[in-house]
Amino acid sequence: MDINLPALFGQLLIGLINGSFYALLSLGLAVIFGMLNIINFAHGAQYMMGAFVAYFLLQFAGLNYWWALIVAPVIVGGFGILIERAFLQWLYKLDHLYGLLLTFGLALVIQGLFRHQYGSSGLPYQIPPQLTGVRDLGFTFLPNYRAWVVVFSLVVCLGTWFIIEKTRLGAYLRAATENPTLVRAFGINVPRMITLTYGFGVALAALAGVMAAPIYAVNPTMGADIIIVVFAVVVIGGMGSIMGAIVTGFGLGVVEGLTKYFFPEASNTVIFVIMVIVLVTRPAGLFGRAA
Amino acid sequence: MKLLRTAILSAAMVTAGAAYGQQAIKIGVMNDMAGTYADLAGPGSVIAARMAIEDLGDLTKGWKIEVVGADHQNKPDIGSNVVRQWIDVDKVDVIVDVPTSSVALAVNEIVKEKNKAFLVSGAAASDLTGPRCSPNTVHWTYDTWALANGTGNAIVKTGGDSWFFLTADYAFGHALERDTMAVVNKNGGKVVGSVRHPFPGQDFSSFLLQAQASKAKIIGLANAGADTTNAIKQAAEFGITQKGQNLAGLLVFLTDIHGLGLKTAQGLIFTEAWYWDMNDANRAFAKRFAAANRGVHPSMVHAGVYSSVQHYVKSVIALKSAADGKAVVEHMKKNKTKDALFGEGEIRVDGRKIHPMYLFEVKKPEESKGPWDYYKLRATIPANEAFRPLAEGKCPLVSG
Amino acid sequence: MAQAAQQITAPAEASSHKSEVIAFAIMVLVLAVLPYFVYPPFLMKALCFALFACAFNLLIGYVGLLSFGHALYFGWASYFAAHLAKVGKISIPYWAGSWQWLTITNSPMVPELAIFLAVIGAAVLGFIAGSIAIRRQGIYFAMITLALAQMMYFFALQAPFTGGEDGIQPVPRGYLFGLFNLANERIMYVFVLVVFLLGFLLIYRVIHSPFGEVLKAIRENEQRAISLGYKTDRYKLVAFTLSAAIAGLAGAIKPFVVQNASLTDVHWSMSGEVVLMTLLGGLGTIFGPVLGAFTIIAMQNYLAGFGQWVTIIQGGIFVLCVLLFRRGIIGEIANLLRIRL
Repeated sequence: MDINLPALFGQLLIGLINGSFYALLSLGLAVIFGMLNIINFAHGAQYMMGAFVAYFLLQFAGLNYWWALIVAPVIVGGFGILIERAFLQWLYKLDHLYGLLLTFGLALVIQGLFRHQYGSSGLPYQIPPQLTGVRDLGFTFLPNYRAWVVVFSLVVCLGTWFIIEKTRLGAYLRAATENPTLVRAFGINVPRMITLTYGFGVALAALAGVMAAPIYAVNPTMGADIIIVVFAVVVIGGMGSIMGAIVTGFGLGVVEGLTKYFFPEASNTVIFVIMVIVLVTRPAGLFGRAA
Repeated sequence: MKLLRTAILSAAMVTAGAAYGQQAIKIGVMNDMAGTYADLAGPGSVIAARMAIEDLGDLTKGWKIEVVGADHQNKPDIGSNVVRQWIDVDKVDVIVDVPTSSVALAVNEIVKEKNKAFLVSGAAASDLTGPRCSPNTVHWTYDTWALANGTGNAIVKTGGDSWFFLTADYAFGHALERDTMAVVNKNGGKVVGSVRHPFPGQDFSSFLLQAQASKAKIIGLANAGADTTNAIKQAAEFGITQKGQNLAGLLVFLTDIHGLGLKTAQGLIFTEAWYWDMNDANRAFAKRFAAANRGVHPSMVHAGVYSSVQHYVKSVIALKSAADGKAVVEHMKKNKTKDALFGEGEIRVDGRKIHPMYLFEVKKPEESKGPWDYYKLRATIPANEAFRPLAEGKCPLVSG
Repeated sequence: MAQAAQQITAPAEASSHKSEVIAFAIMVLVLAVLPYFVYPPFLMKALCFALFACAFNLLIGYVGLLSFGHALYFGWASYFAAHLAKVGKISIPYWAGSWQWLTITNSPMVPELAIFLAVIGAAVLGFIAGSIAIRRQGIYFAMITLALAQMMYFFALQAPFTGGEDGIQPVPRGYLFGLFNLANERIMYVFVLVVFLLGFLLIYRVIHSPFGEVLKAIRENEQRAISLGYKTDRYKLVAFTLSAAIAGLAGAIKPFVVQNASLTDVHWSMSGEVVLMTLLGGLGTIFGPVLGAFTIIAMQNYLAGFGQWVTIIQGGIFVLCVLLFRRGIIGEIANLLRIRL
């Protein structure tokens, strides 16, 4: 096969960018699942909300992209906290599937409201002026903004991993996942910790949404399909480890990029095929502990 | 979660003169009301249909003419459901517009089965007057053959002789790609490859990289609406045009140029059937239309809806009944068309409406006098050359 | 997880079968009379979805398995039936030194054969997907079924015979058994009704068979069922395949009703819809899915003018059902009257 290097590197690069979004989103899902035992089906809708809030901030408050990176996750994360208090907290004693169904319903409501208001053709969001332009790497063109997305999401992912695995706060979190009663005995407010964890997971989704806004246009349906791919990523990685979510996210993005080059017809399905293979050979996922 | 969405966006009752209420026509405008094609067709088409009836004035005296609108969300199954229910339950006589060729082809069959009438303005697939032609259908504004013929010819003749297609993966994209390939090959150019993208698409970057790797001089965009504008924007982001490849938008609407801005869009060449700033009648229509449509100026699809509805209503009134769709369409074919926007023309036996097509170029920002002043005319393709010759269409209605 | 499965349903095991028989009689009566008052194509579509929801309920209500990808079997059966009735060509690739295509048949099929083969196809898909999905429990099971369905959605998008975005249309209705002209709306309705009732009774029979008792035992406590010597994975797989086949039956008659097969029926939102229908009507009740399906389809049809509000309302119903009415409409009624429905 005649390999066209610029095209191959180009697709790998796009894969890495998609992988950044997979990693951020599956990380958020894993954090939420770890604490709440809930699969957050509204994650895609919250990702979309992040992009919309960035758009609103620019339109109505004059806050640019850089502000949006900080403010949008806070706003959407706050919204997540309201959801947790209003709905999710009543489900912890029930079957986990009810959490999935409830968040699915919430996703429909949120997406429906945004579609009702903004149609489905998408709103434009400009790339921040500092990051416009293209870098000619010789073998391929690298738009500066996309390079930023990869680097920044890597930083966020590793930061999250550090907090959860290496700090005292993270230690409490992990302990509360294993044995809430014991942690409560240490005088720690476990319900509040759960609420804040959900807010944090949602904020990660919103952050991904802000980063996606300049690439994909701000669209009410932008989170609807990606969330299912992210589910597959989570099944492949297993939800046991934070690092697992990050590595699987980026890795599968790259695999998808390779597929786009070598066998473009399969690029939509390759992640699902990998999921099947992993399930047949390692049912607990690549990084998961056996259930 | 949307099986059927007969969004009665506007059930406008237009009764001219004294309403006797005996004779009635119900016009159903169906298109994409909130998605990719909402600006180029959408609610504007309902407005255009209503204006068409208003402008017929006294002619409609004694007739009760109602316009209803619905959203098909670009899905053939939703479109079919709406149309069946419209005809069976709501007694709609004629279906109008229907962009998105896959939906139009589905509606085409139902309308034939139920013997109503179908006036296509938004859909492009030339199959509607080719192998899938129907005695109940008139294809008004443009089609893929006419676009390919206009734009393809012009580009190949100015040196763009190797092509790579970025094609929306449904009936329309396939037809546009097929018809343009034929033109490119006929003129001695060659097609080096093509890639199909999901419809509607969001991220075109990986497809654009494939196009870039093909080293074709021209990247032909066989898509429409937001798909085209997103592809053009992302091509700019990846520096594709800087490296010497050119984009050819095969179907571009005024509203797309408005969305892109002249800075990005300048220099694009494409074919259209109608532009608002060509004569006084068009300008007058555009002014009224924009006032009713949030300032958005009419696209050729809106103009086509206006003209086709007028011609249809005239035929129904002449026949004194809308019941037999086939008879109405036959009458429409027998009589010359004449209206303010498309002037005089005719409808061929295969259902193709014949009029000139125009090759436009997008103005440079400094050439434009303001919003909506976007096109300059490069060439006029006369009516007898603008559309596929009758004999080549393989329409069963055309007897050998 | 076994503990968890216990909570997903609230079975109202009480009184005799009498209430079920009465309810069944009422249902048949209503369905026989309804076409005189309501637009028949709408009713036929609702019946397809009712059967689909019943098939889905067999899994969630009686085995405690939440399949979030049931559109796969429904939608693919729809494609199979539509293709067989319209084109009929079946080509199978085989290896003979190089890949060759073996064309088995090349002409459009009669409806009953197209439907039969489509059901077989759905069962095969269900068997394959089921053997993969039952390797994990609970929430993972749901995510895997969803992911598999999404994978098959992309296949449907790309496979040449499905027509991609265009779908398969128009699908001819043809003559059933060479005798009954299905183009006649009344005959078509009777046909759809009969298929629905047969599917419904089959599910009823399964639930009340010894096999069904084992399924319920798995739902209540899988560990105990295993310790009693049951190979629970096998039972789950059979139930999954059966559910897929019946969902396939519902999907296979749909293209004859609406005369097209499209991506809508394989999309994940369709999988979500069937969950909603069943949840609203009542998980683990026999009549719940039917009522749920009719309610949702009627809502979509008659509230269509409100555009996106239909989706918003559906999402709202989901939230309400999960928080307040986990038994669903029929489940609440049954609980109130202390009968089994």
